[in-house]
Amino acid sequence: MIVNLPVKLDLFGRTFYRPDFSFTLGTFSFKPNLDLRYGLDLAGGASLTYDIDTSKISQANLQNALNSLKSNIERRVNLFGVSESSIGLTNQNGDHRLVVDLPGVTDIQQAIDLIGKTAQLSFMGVVDENLFTTATTSAEFAKSLKDTGLNGSHLILAAPQSNPNTGEVEVSLEFNAEGTKLFEKATTDYLNKRLAILLDNEIITAPNVSVIIPDGKAVINGTFDTKSAKSLSAQLNAGALPLPIKSIITSTVGATLGQDSINKGIRAGLVGLAIVSLFMIGNYGYLGFIADISLIIYGLITLTLYRLIPVTLTFPGIVGFILSVGMAVDSNILIFERMKEELRAGKTWNNAMELGFGKAWNSIKDANSCTIITGLILFNPFNWTFLNSSGMVRGFAVTLLIGVILGMFTGVFVTRNLLRVLAKEKL
Amino acid sequence: MNIMKFRPLFLVISSILLLTSIFSIVKWGFQLSVDFSGGSSWQIALPSKPNDSSITKIFTQNKIELVSLSHNQDKYYLKFSNITSDQKNILTQNFQKLDSKFVDLQFETLGPTLGKELLMKTVYAIILSAITLLLFIGTRFKDSSFGMGAVLAMFHDGIILVGAFSLLGHFFGTEVDALFVTALLTTLSASVHDTVVTFDRIRELRRTTYQYDWVELANRAVSEVIVRSINNSMTVIFMLFALVMLGGESTRWFSMALLIGVVCGTYSSTAVAIPLMLLTKRKNDQKRKSN
Repeated sequence: MIVNLPVKLDLFGRTFYRPDFSFTLGTFSFKPNLDLRYGLDLAGGASLTYDIDTSKISQANLQNALNSLKSNIERRVNLFGVSESSIGLTNQNGDHRLVVDLPGVTDIQQAIDLIGKTAQLSFMGVVDENLFTTATTSAEFAKSLKDTGLNGSHLILAAPQSNPNTGEVEVSLEFNAEGTKLFEKATTDYLNKRLAILLDNEIITAPNVSVIIPDGKAVINGTFDTKSAKSLSAQLNAGALPLPIKSIITSTVGATLGQDSINKGIRAGLVGLAIVSLFMIGNYGYLGFIADISLIIYGLITLTLYRLIPVTLTFPGIVGFILSVGMAVDSNILIFERMKEELRAGKTWNNAMELGFGKAWNSIKDANSCTIITGLILFNPFNWTFLNSSGMVRGFAVTLLIGVILGMFTGVFVTRNLLRVLAKEKL
Repeated sequence: MNIMKFRPLFLVISSILLLTSIFSIVKWGFQLSVDFSGGSSWQIALPSKPNDSSITKIFTQNKIELVSLSHNQDKYYLKFSNITSDQKNILTQNFQKLDSKFVDLQFETLGPTLGKELLMKTVYAIILSAITLLLFIGTRFKDSSFGMGAVLAMFHDGIILVGAFSLLGHFFGTEVDALFVTALLTTLSASVHDTVVTFDRIRELRRTTYQYDWVELANRAVSEVIVRSINNSMTVIFMLFALVMLGGESTRWFSMALLIGVVCGTYSSTAVAIPLMLLTKRKNDQKRKSN
């Protein structure tokens, strides 16, 4: 439960820190990231699904090509600077798909452009500077440029860096042996002219050649900020994708909507919780109050589990959690009603209590198994391709499942012990 | 409490609900979300609240087919055909021109084949949960009358929920999406959940009281458990009601579907499952007598 404390807490002028839970046991290092994880719909961001065209590749090379496609996209995304992004391959009855989730990405359009590019990188010398600066159509551009023979396959790495002397942000390029020769020739041919770098025949940058570069190591400098330097490096690194991809699903959520959803979800949850608590006290008095305490314990354990497992919270997930709070008191209601009955039948308080728990257990077990069955079908734990595996549906299923299983535990075990300690004699 | 004397009334209520549902499903069908139909859906905020025709104009100018447009204060919900990211850029620029405070809230575009795929997955999920719940009821209640009552009550709830969304779709443009299916499956399990509690009590009473008249047993069981059954549902209903009222746009209809499902499930366990069970029991008794 301590896990639920905020990392830093200011209280009465003193600052408390959440204890650090990391420990090392032999080679096993336990360093939990205890922040709640939010799904795309809450954090804001983009989710992109692509259809992978595998028609032009032999079955033997398929797995290799898919893996290198994935790592290529991963590299693009990482250079774009997205934390917690997830890139996955799925196979829907032979249709291969690539799913890219980019939580927290604010410039969604840029991300889409970056990933979507089936990039073909080429380097071209500017032969007609006048035409190049005034050109508007691709035909005019083509006329102003001459291919140097240098392309994406010659590039080993492009990376953003800051110039050790000036501190300016620039992009460094490194070529392989063949590329080094070609680049030396290109910088000789176009000294004091411009060298255009094209991605899919689109000019991404056209730096001036100020010196002949013989060692295959170059920098592009200009008016970069960290972000644009990262983005350019990513584009340069992209090279050609081994398999063509086509966008089939794009979904984006603005960050404002996500925050709004979280706030509204919390508000709805608290209001609901307050009504349920009052309802329990109104109906069952002191017993209801104890049920409310175990409900709060339930809530805290649930949130702890979300952090430890960890569960990625989506908005349907919040609905699942709030719904499960309503269901968690169910077992208490079943038990208390049973206790009332036993008391009416003339049993002593202690007897009634133990009987209430014992006899209500059957109903509780049966009733909850139905919800667990459905929860499992929705969660689709074995990734059966004929069932849904979308994040929204899973997000709901996982919080509902955790809620129902844990609700049985707190409703029976925690309440029972609380009652044994706190409510020995009175009703 | 003689609840079973209201059986004719229950029959009338359920028939009206079922017939309305089926009528609406057949006549009006559903407003499918892009999850199922394919296409694009876009939620934007335009604080200057321009009228609908200025938005329609942007789409006709760009030759993009606008399927539907609705708005709630400054939030606009647009549905249109599949677009490329370039086209989206152009639309964004147009909207920014229309309103400088334009906010892109949520955008989704889905290829047309995916809708069919999701539809199939949904059907499989419903069949799979119906079968597993059937098996569960079958093993819990070896008695086929109980099993039948519970299963038919479950379908009763499912049909009414689906019908309700067909009606809501026709009158308010409410869409059926992947989350609705989730709500539907949760409803099916909640429906069985409630029925199980009541049926358990009937069986227990039959064991302990040596009472053999099924109607009497049912009446006693219902009056004994109706309070907890309603209380159980009330706690869930409070939570869902709070979500519908305060929980924000994106899952309002999802919570609404769950709410309809839970209310329906509570009603049907007493008013549908038990009368159906009694019906088959009485027939069995009559057979036994005539033999």
